[in-house]
Formats: sequence, structure tokens, C-alpha cells
Amino acid sequence: MNKLEIISVLKKEANISKAEAARVVQVFFDNMADALARGERVEVRGLCSFFVKEYEEYTGRNPRTGEKVSIRPKKLPFFKAGKELKERVDF
Amino acid sequence: MALTKIQIVESIQSQTGFSKNNSLEIVENLLEIIKSTLASGEDVLISNFGKFCVREKKERRSRNPATGDEMMLAPRKVVTFKCSGKLKDKINE
Repeated sequence: MNKLEIISVLKKEANISKAEAARVVQVFFDNMADALARGERVEVRGLCSFFVKEYEEYTGRNPRTGEKVSIRPKKLPFFKAGKELKERVDF
Repeated sequence: MALTKIQIVESIQSQTGFSKNNSLEIVENLLEIIKSTLASGEDVLISNFGKFCVREKKERRSRNPATGDEMMLAPRKVVTFKCSGKLKDKINE
């Protein structure tokens, strides 16, 4: 299921227009992305939480050539499934 | 400070003009759509954000770290998240 399909199901379920459903989905995920960009945690009860992990610079290896490469510091979001989601997916 | 559902509901309220209760209801609808899709085993792809995937884990042997007892973990399904390139860039800006 992709964003467009979610929008059309939400339109039906919530009885709103397609433009409104698209706006809601956009604002929902933009809010989460903005919070993560600020380094904030995100917590949506029942669905999931996210936090940003910071990695320092390290020396990795190119697995194909075995050459040493230096990996620059980076930040990555970490996902944790919520309790309700976990239980419903693995019933 | 963590971003929670209530703050998301408030920004939906201010950006759509729906009442707060109505915005909350619509967000609950959206969450239910995402959860039931994943519960049915289907992935959820949000462009420019990421992909929520359902993965099947095989049965495996493990140990209780407290007692050292060996046990079998039953096969199970878990949800994973793959961050999109756009989101990764945004976080690292």
C-alpha cells in the first residue's frame, strides 16, 4: 500500500475530500520528518516510535575490494514498533 | 521533547481547519489504516519518508540470558522500517 492508496482509503473511512485526506497524510509524515530532522524523538502510541542515532566517524572497508574507507559521521532514524502494532502483526 | 500524537493532531487542526476532535478522529482513522495493512502482511510505502515492511522471522534456537537455559523461539512476524533517501538527507542536513 502506498501513499496514494492510503489517501483514497482515508477519504472513504473519514468521509472527507481527497484533497483533505492528502493534506492530513502529508502533514502527519512531514511533522514526523521535521521532528527527526531537529533530532527529536517521535512517539505515536500503538504504532511506533522513532529516535535519531548519531554515528561518529569510523573506518570501514569496501566489502568488494577490501579497501579502507573512512565513513563520515551520520545520523540515522531508528524505528521501534508499538505494542499494539507488534501484537496485531504477529497474532 | 518528543513529538507525540497530540501535537500532530494540533498541526493538522491548524493546517486543515478541522476541529480538534475531528482531526483526532481522522488521525485515528489513518493509524488504523496503516496498522491493519501491516497486520494483513502488506508493506506500507510512504514516498519521501520510508517503508514499513512486514518480515517473517524463522524459528530459531536461543538462550535465556538470565538463566542460560536453551529454548526455541517460535517463527514470528516483525515490522521493520527502511528510511527513504530523502528523509536520511533531511536528518543529516
